[in-house]
Amino acid sequence: MSTVIRMIVTRIALGVGLLFIVSLVIFWATELLPGDLATQLLGQAATPETVAALRAQLGLNDPAPVRYWAWLTGALTGDFGVSLANNRPIAELIGARLGNTVFLALYAAAMSVPIALTLGILSALWRNSPFDRVANAGALSAISFPEFFVAYILVLWLAQTGIFPSMVRITPSTDFGDRVYMTFLPALTLTLVVTAHMMRMTRAAIINLMASPYIEMARLKGLSPLRIVLRHALPNALAPIINVIALNLAYLITGVVVVEVVFVYPGLGQLMVDAVSNRDIAVVQAVALIFAAAYVGLNLIADVLSTITNPRLMHRR
Amino acid sequence: MTRYNLPALARSGVSRRGVLQGAAAVGAAGLILPGTMSRARAQTRGGTFRIGLGHGSTGDSYDPGLWDNLYAQTFAAARHNQLIEVGADGNLVPEVAESWDSDDGITWVFRIREGLTFHSGRDVTVEDVIASINHHRGDDSTSAVKTLLEPITDVTADGQNVVVTLNAANADLPYLMTDYHIAIMPAVDGRIDPNSTDGLGGYIVESYEPGVQATLTRNPDYWKEDRAWFDRIEILSILDPAARLNALITGEVHLIDQVDPATIGMLEGRGVARILSIPGNAHYVFPMDSRAAPFDDNNVRLALKYALDREAMVDVILGGHGAVSNDNPIGPANRFFHAEMEAKTYDPDRARYYLQQAGLESLDVTLAAADAAFSGAVDAASMFSENARAAGINITVDRVPNDGYWDNVWMKVPFCASYWGGRAVEDHMFTTGYASGSAWNDSFWENERFNELLVAARSEIDEDLRREMYYEMQEIVSFEGSVIIPMNNNYVMAVANEVATPERISANWNLDGFRCVERWWMA
Repeated sequence: MSTVIRMIVTRIALGVGLLFIVSLVIFWATELLPGDLATQLLGQAATPETVAALRAQLGLNDPAPVRYWAWLTGALTGDFGVSLANNRPIAELIGARLGNTVFLALYAAAMSVPIALTLGILSALWRNSPFDRVANAGALSAISFPEFFVAYILVLWLAQTGIFPSMVRITPSTDFGDRVYMTFLPALTLTLVVTAHMMRMTRAAIINLMASPYIEMARLKGLSPLRIVLRHALPNALAPIINVIALNLAYLITGVVVVEVVFVYPGLGQLMVDAVSNRDIAVVQAVALIFAAAYVGLNLIADVLSTITNPRLMHRR
Repeated sequence: MTRYNLPALARSGVSRRGVLQGAAAVGAAGLILPGTMSRARAQTRGGTFRIGLGHGSTGDSYDPGLWDNLYAQTFAAARHNQLIEVGADGNLVPEVAESWDSDDGITWVFRIREGLTFHSGRDVTVEDVIASINHHRGDDSTSAVKTLLEPITDVTADGQNVVVTLNAANADLPYLMTDYHIAIMPAVDGRIDPNSTDGLGGYIVESYEPGVQATLTRNPDYWKEDRAWFDRIEILSILDPAARLNALITGEVHLIDQVDPATIGMLEGRGVARILSIPGNAHYVFPMDSRAAPFDDNNVRLALKYALDREAMVDVILGGHGAVSNDNPIGPANRFFHAEMEAKTYDPDRARYYLQQAGLESLDVTLAAADAAFSGAVDAASMFSENARAAGINITVDRVPNDGYWDNVWMKVPFCASYWGGRAVEDHMFTTGYASGSAWNDSFWENERFNELLVAARSEIDEDLRREMYYEMQEIVSFEGSVIIPMNNNYVMAVANEVATPERISANWNLDGFRCVERWWMA
């Protein structure tokens, strides 16, 4: 067990260092973008005088390292500051949206992970059967279509017929049942997009093991194919499967801006896009760190889980 | 397009003072007699009006000086009132100011209506009005209308009156006061709180999530009795055109803006909504930097003006929802619109002739465009390029990114695409976009005669003389100016059948002058 704890501690330390580097890179990258918050906010209405006045008001005239340091010290003390664009506290701006994003990611994961595992195991079991072919072709077609296309097709079939709403209007007061109902189409879209990856990895990992001598032994013992797959092959195939699931979960949190736009879902993706186009550096940093932390955290969990499921890593000699 | 009431009265020889009071009286009559609008059906109270707009971002500010998109404008119109409102016919309607008056055009007196209260319950005072105007003035102001209000030298209180002093006579000051930025908000210590949503409009803000949704409920104490028919207003930000259309078809929203011309036929076939296409003063432009060769030669500019097929652009880019413009920033909804000017047609031979006058055999120019300038700008630029080839003009279309367009392209490259929302007043439009030295003179154009006329017309009291001056200015801009204006775009919106609209819809801005929230009702 100490192996695992040591690993968690080192990985968290490395993760924090990584987040620091990410924040530096993001800051540097936003500095490279043309224009700044003042010119973006005033848009076509910008005159040199109003831009100068707004810059002074927003403190944009300080040199970049000074602004970065001010942001970093604030963030370390838990104060993410206010959005430069509209003076709203960033914590408040992000809070509800982070909740929405996590809800949608978990919803999509709750649908896609069981489907992917079941389909993956069954198609490994019935390898090269018509079932295997259909499941693979279906999953691969779903992943091959662009997300917005899948979303529009679902809207055409399921929303224009009045079964599900075409857009998500959720507020903090919306109850759980309504949330599940209203968010079904975006969650289904994401399910269709991510299932193939996980399913194919499950199938490949299991099939890979099926050629091993110990599976041969199990077969010679006369065990049923299902039992062989579930009891003997699957535990050894878990490590790659867990890694792929973690990668897809991270994607569900960070990469769903297209689905958010199509279904008007108030998640973090749209906030990030708006903040980048407004050059609202404080919001960009905060959201980018959340995204980076999601990747770091989920990868850590995946590594811990794959270590635990692998006795050779748990009991190293 | 019907003209304003103001000149009609003026032509009958009423004194200036009488004109302004008369205008106020016309508006007041409209308030007392809602039936004067000759509405087909009687208005009913109640219902939730949901609007889906292709604007709005998480960075939207509460600060009235920074309102810049249709979302902010409509949301503001629901919760705020202004000094003066622009009526459906383009006439001035008293709002917080119940009347206004000036003897010389320099000192203007606005009488503030008594008995108005903010949503917070506070009475609206003269000080609130002064602070609301002053928010857009002064050195540290960041307001987008700072330049517009620059001629104001002083704003003072006089009993129930607000006295505005200008540095030169301006007959159009009341029109300038209708600008949507100048919302009346409560003042504390002589300053408004730009982050407050407190106003005196027909709806009270219940919740607001920038870039997502604003929910408002009817203000039970609203002073206008024939306005604000809905119980609730929800304004949603739906950036994706297809999502917006779906929301309307599936009944999630009642009104959407920016309907894609390609989908209008299908939408009408569904029978759930109708299209409103309102011709206004908004226009799409291709400004040329008149300081830079080859655009410093008016012959080159004229050659380009004759080398594009305006009719085709209206058909293709606007889907017919617009009108051909004769390089005239003054639109058909303006008082002094010069409709009889010699029309420019697509004439490659004439373009070639002007090219020869400029001593050129052929012309190579680069036109920068992005859809940030207007939707279809890149296609319009390509059409221009195709058209111009017949006249020996090679236009290379440089497709640039939307992001940072106003920062890096507009007024930075010599030839690009842009748009104007149009202005209710000729002076406002000319001063902002064409006067020498104006910050938004995007063609860097200077014309001595034009500048003289601009100042003279601003303070001219005789309506006929004024018209003559504005006609001449439009001709100068059209034939000597450095901005190609191919078309006036209509405001195109789609309204669900459950919502009724007045017979006349205001053309001064989109969505019934942003006032759909208080002028429309559930059928």
